[in-house]
Amino acid sequence: MGTLWFWLAAIVITGYVLLDGFDLGAGIVQLFVARAEYETGQVLNSIGPVWDGNEVWLLAAGGTLFFAFPALYASAFSGFYLSLMIVLWLLILRGTSIEFRPHVDSPLWRPLWSTVFGLASAALALLFGVALGNVVRGVPLDQSGYFFLPLWTNLSPSGDVGIIDWYTLLVGAASLFGLAEHGSLWVALKTEGSLQERTRSFGARCWAGYVAISVLMWGASFWIQPNLIKQFRSHPWGLIFPATAVVGMIGMRVLSSRRQDLEAFLASGLHLAGMLTSAAFGVFPNVLPSNTSQEFSLTISNAATADHGLIVGLTWFIPGMALAIGYSVFVYRHFAGRVD
Amino acid sequence: MNSAIDVHRLHFAFTVTFHYIFPQLTMGLALLIVVLKSLALIKRDELYSNAARFWARIFAINFAVGVVTGIPMEFQFGTNWAAFSKTAGGVIGQTLAMEGVFSFFLESSFLGLFLYSEKRLGPKLHLLSAVLVFLGSWLSGFFIIATDAWMQHPVGYAAGPNGEFLLGSFTRLLLNPWIFWQYLHNMIASVVTASFVMAGLGAFYLLAKRSLEYAAVFVRVGVFAGLAAILLMIFPTGDGQGKMVAENQPVTLAAMEGLFETANGAPIALVGQPDMRQLKLDNPIEVPDVLSFLTYKRWKAEVKGLKEFPQDTWPDNIPLLYYSYHIMVGLGTIMAAIMTLSGFLLWRGRLYSTPALLWTLLWTLMLSIPLPYIATTAGWVTAELGRQPWLIYGLMRTMDGVSPRVSAGNGLFTLLGFMGMYMLLGILFLFLVVREIAQGPVAQGPSDGVRQTESVRTENDQVLLEGRTR
Repeated sequence: MGTLWFWLAAIVITGYVLLDGFDLGAGIVQLFVARAEYETGQVLNSIGPVWDGNEVWLLAAGGTLFFAFPALYASAFSGFYLSLMIVLWLLILRGTSIEFRPHVDSPLWRPLWSTVFGLASAALALLFGVALGNVVRGVPLDQSGYFFLPLWTNLSPSGDVGIIDWYTLLVGAASLFGLAEHGSLWVALKTEGSLQERTRSFGARCWAGYVAISVLMWGASFWIQPNLIKQFRSHPWGLIFPATAVVGMIGMRVLSSRRQDLEAFLASGLHLAGMLTSAAFGVFPNVLPSNTSQEFSLTISNAATADHGLIVGLTWFIPGMALAIGYSVFVYRHFAGRVD
Repeated sequence: MNSAIDVHRLHFAFTVTFHYIFPQLTMGLALLIVVLKSLALIKRDELYSNAARFWARIFAINFAVGVVTGIPMEFQFGTNWAAFSKTAGGVIGQTLAMEGVFSFFLESSFLGLFLYSEKRLGPKLHLLSAVLVFLGSWLSGFFIIATDAWMQHPVGYAAGPNGEFLLGSFTRLLLNPWIFWQYLHNMIASVVTASFVMAGLGAFYLLAKRSLEYAAVFVRVGVFAGLAAILLMIFPTGDGQGKMVAENQPVTLAAMEGLFETANGAPIALVGQPDMRQLKLDNPIEVPDVLSFLTYKRWKAEVKGLKEFPQDTWPDNIPLLYYSYHIMVGLGTIMAAIMTLSGFLLWRGRLYSTPALLWTLLWTLMLSIPLPYIATTAGWVTAELGRQPWLIYGLMRTMDGVSPRVSAGNGLFTLLGFMGMYMLLGILFLFLVVREIAQGPVAQGPSDGVRQTESVRTENDQVLLEGRTR
């Protein structure tokens, strides 16, 4: 039952990254491709009615971890205290900037909020990658089941680590480029004319950078987290996850160059899903590995709540998420097509 | 303020108090917008549609601030109260996760449609999206109250092997008797807030002699909704909530009322200051026997005083608890009087025929806008301070719930960060709301909301532009 919830939580987190990922990406992209404030407006209109709903996936993910894996929720949230608080402040900045921006039509007001929105989106994309890097690398859990990480120490991923080291920063950079790419494919899908052309060529450059960083990141990940190799050796079927990521990665470039924007965007989603499930598969059955001793790692069995709660959770989670996906489909279909 | 526990308590208190300024308006306003939009459909009068559009703009600004300040609340359970989350997550994690799955998706999806798509949806579907936003926000309130109710009155749990609490009975968790009165009391309070804001703003427009036809609608809808809501606050919901406290948290009742000595025929203190050295109420103005009657419906019933209970079960800040409770009750009484008088005069048609009376009442309504906000905040302070020294009543003390590894210094750093961030947010919020109010309700057809590229040119912008070209 714990394993089922491990994968359900992974799906919700993936849902968050796929959906809010393009909002963050669009925020980054508009900094580079919009030549005038009305073009920024077009980019932001493409996410305007949906970003808030996409962000709810983050809350759903938090809630799922809270009730299914209380020990993980408590340990990780307090251990990553400082970085999570910064994430909260950035979420506040980006939420207010996109909502407040259209209210005042002034050459002072709108560019200010477009810039804040772009910078906060970029910083969030980076920090979410850093967080994932921390989970893969492991954290200094001890027998109490708690830890506390400073923001940085000496930037080395071994020994006395901080939240930011060169490895987690590498994952952060991959996330920044990957989500910028994901966002550019969304914006290309929702715009037309020269803005769309510029977005496509921005996406192509992002992609090249992203591929280079990803290769480095994959190599570093296998070196830093031995559980990854162990997992893929003992369960070779798990290679389907990285294979999916590679197919998506190639697919998005090929399809985008053929101007099949929708298919390219979906391929990027497939790629991100492949990456996240690879990471989940790589740390399994840990939910938060310890980098000091494997015996202190938080695992599915020692972090999950009792089966009764997990079974009860299923009875409302499945219909609840089905409803939620239903609303989302309705909203996306309603706002389908290009923005004016 | 040197100990981590004080910092973490202030951290949560500050962020949740600021946060709740916004949902208390949006939850009530969602209902009033549904009322306005229904009136527009029934009366086939575009005036009500425009009124609803005006309030939708106010709603959107409040909602945005409510959303961004709400996310830190869910996160803080884990960041600042890790030991509590680890111990109780198996139970309250259920209700908090359900809030996300059942209400936030509903609310955010249909708010997007409501704000962005009035024209494309047409009047009926647009009303439906407003109803769904209302439903989403009231469901959200339910799950939060269910979570708080479990902390006030834990039921349906089982003890786990490592001292944690596990879900015992899902139905008992959701049908916790504490939920019923607290939910109604809280949700109706949000209607009181929205009604006072609507009536108060209507009064402002009438006094400023502008948007008169809208102002009359705002005053009428605000006063009648506010009158119904404020009366329901006192009876039966306030009464029911009070009896729940008396029955399950008798020491809290004694502290709220400033009752130190057990008495047969306990008096109710209208005024007075708790003196924690001599354990008595200074300068009291009391009405004899009333507390006994309110609590047990018998004038000479015994009500236990604080001295009856061991000191380590007393709420740790009795004066603040006592004042919060008295502020809530006092303001509630004043608000009930204002709305009763306004409602009576409106109903008899006297309000607009006697200029001096009209002038006095409009000024009163306008200046009363802050009252429900203060009363609601004081009410929540009463509920949460009253629960002390417990985090989960009778099961876990507040000091045992805090994150073991997050130091006072780190907590203070982020508390100051939130204070700075929220001050900025507060200023921006006021700027935008005041601007919206200055623009006022205008006659316009259905539009697809505030679009990012839409050019709403105001006088200010005109000045700016002219300044540039000159």
